[in-house]
Amino acid sequence: MSAPLSLGPARPVPLSAVNPVAQLSAVLVVTCVLLISGDLVTPGVLLAAELALLPAAGLSRPGDVLRRTWPLLLSALGVAWVNVAFGSLDGAEAWVSGATWALRVVALALPGILLVASTDPVRLADALTLHWRVSTRFAYGSLAALRLVPLLAAEWETIRLARRARGVDGGRNPVAHVRLLASTAFALLVGAIRRGSRLATAMDARGFDSGVTRTNARGSRLQPLDRCFVVGAVVLCAAAVTASVLSGAWSPVFS
Amino acid sequence: MEGPVPPRDTLGAPRVPGTGPFEHEEVGPATVRLAGFGFRHASRRAWAVQDVDLRIEPGERVLLTGASGSGKSTLLRALGGLLEPESGDATGELSVDGAAPDRRRQRVGVVFQDPDAQLVMTRAGDDVAFGLENTGTPPELIWPAVDTALDAVGFGLGRDHATAALSGGQKQRLVLAGALAPRPGLLLLDEPTAQLDPDGAALVRAAVARAVADRSATLVVVDHDVESWLPLVDRVVELLPHGGTVEHPPGWRPAPLRVPVRWVHPPGEVLLAGEAAGFTHRGGARPALAPTDVALRAGRTLAVTGPNGTGKSTLALLLAGLRAPTTGRVVAAATVTAGLRRPERPPHRWPAAELATRIGTVFQQPEHQFLTGRVRDELALGPLRSGAGAAQARATAEELLERLGLAALADANPFTLSGGQQRRLSVATALATSPRVLVLDEPTFGQDRETWAELVALLAEQQDGDRALCLVTHDAAVVTALADDVCTLGAPVPG
Repeated sequence: MSAPLSLGPARPVPLSAVNPVAQLSAVLVVTCVLLISGDLVTPGVLLAAELALLPAAGLSRPGDVLRRTWPLLLSALGVAWVNVAFGSLDGAEAWVSGATWALRVVALALPGILLVASTDPVRLADALTLHWRVSTRFAYGSLAALRLVPLLAAEWETIRLARRARGVDGGRNPVAHVRLLASTAFALLVGAIRRGSRLATAMDARGFDSGVTRTNARGSRLQPLDRCFVVGAVVLCAAAVTASVLSGAWSPVFS
Repeated sequence: MEGPVPPRDTLGAPRVPGTGPFEHEEVGPATVRLAGFGFRHASRRAWAVQDVDLRIEPGERVLLTGASGSGKSTLLRALGGLLEPESGDATGELSVDGAAPDRRRQRVGVVFQDPDAQLVMTRAGDDVAFGLENTGTPPELIWPAVDTALDAVGFGLGRDHATAALSGGQKQRLVLAGALAPRPGLLLLDEPTAQLDPDGAALVRAAVARAVADRSATLVVVDHDVESWLPLVDRVVELLPHGGTVEHPPGWRPAPLRVPVRWVHPPGEVLLAGEAAGFTHRGGARPALAPTDVALRAGRTLAVTGPNGTGKSTLALLLAGLRAPTTGRVVAAATVTAGLRRPERPPHRWPAAELATRIGTVFQQPEHQFLTGRVRDELALGPLRSGAGAAQARATAEELLERLGLAALADANPFTLSGGQQRRLSVATALATSPRVLVLDEPTFGQDRETWAELVALLAEQQDGDRALCLVTHDAAVVTALADDVCTLGAPVPG
């Protein structure tokens, strides 16, 4: 019915050449530095680098970037506004504090967006199970479950319409609307659990998690590029912190 | 694209694909033995399967049939070693190649009904490889086996095709390839075409025929649709409702469908009409339903047919007042709109309670429509919502219970009924509010012969001079049995 939500193989982009676990390691490094730093310069430098990577993740058109990031931008604005409006600081200091917070939020979340845009879900599961020894039950189980999510949207619509056909709607009563929403959600949940258990049986029948050591048909290779990527992230973070210290802006959160 | 690379951590001793680490390695088609076999699900008093004696020789193709509720699927799960010992009690003997089925899991490939509840991966090739990975097949042997399996089922779209972008029939064909890739000695199919349209079902049956042509696997198909499988199978074994089996002799054919005698009414007034009604999903590139003219007349039954993707179900939703057409309009006659507070509004803007008393809808999946915990309450719900008093609603419910033979189930939970009973109940709930127009989406889809005949008889009874019926269906037999007029939707509009 509605196709746009479907979980498909990700279109390969230049950044896909970097192994997902290398990308995750880089994200981890950047996240740590951003959580420690409390100034404007560090997230500024890191954000500039992240923005430079957008085209490599296939996000070169402003429209595409906006579609992926609007919830993030909205929440960053919200954080900034709360800081300016309700913070203990006044005047220019308040604005600096708000901007710092907004910048940190964007710089923290953007690597995740880059990862999602450039990583095929199956390759992520492969990399996690092969390199980080994440349990195959968890990784491929999640993958299979994710495939069912788009089906829920179609199911929700069908249940809603089927109830209207039975003479049940919220009418003008907001309480009835909430109750209807809750009962539709419950019906959806019951359906999802039933489908999920059928999926589990089918995976069982295909020998999943049967105690035999699983092999991997695609493999997941770590290349020199992956090491460079992680090292690059570390160097970048060092540069950002150095710039911050030299400019006198450095103010770690726990000092 | 990277080539297949052995993973760092796991490379067991090289093995031939399809041979298990359990016991000695068996190859070739499997032997199945059942002697006095029975199974009872925990918490149930009745046996799901009872007194089954059956010998299936290597390479044989057997169809297991029987009415819904006869335990076909339970038996198939038992053969696949998929019944957990703690999920119920088993009696008698059951063996695959001389051992308990749960020790032979790697010798068995299974295909179930719902393709979406069987695919795991996002790409076709990866999904076929999934089973081979699970059995610990070395990576260098996986891709040749995947290609062989894809070829065996005639899947021509390539390994990298997105599984989400496949039709139901193609998905199910891919599931079959996944089951065949580890070269099972026993292939079990549990109503593999029940959720597919006729084209998809034919595609899957052709793939099965192709895959088992060399008799390298023993085949057991469970289905109530006997006729479609007859050309492919050697034996037909019917499970009897109260235990035991009967094997039909070669050349046996099922009795013809019971078609009710019905009274044909002259065309009455047009109760509901679609005028160039069409629908395009938000953001959709092409219409889900091209502009269509259609009229439902009192006393007549209109069948809407046509290939998949032409918008049959969408048309049903527009006529049922559940969706707003994006082009054209749906108009109800004055006799239908009488009593509405805003009769000038189109059906999709009527309040639900007023819609239910004028246009009734029966969805493809009855469970989507059930809202209460008792059959009796389910029937009283519609009248109550549309303003009938409690006494009146109870009386309507009791009358329908009697008329539709559901009286014995009045206090049962609708979700625990059999498929056929659920279908009858969903029709009954729509009738409870006595709508002038009744819209049914695939009412006979996936039903066994007994239920089919019951449903068709029930619908024939609704064809009185006052009411208009609209059937959206793939089922040519239903069209012949019930329809006065047929509206065939054309080929999808090219993008």
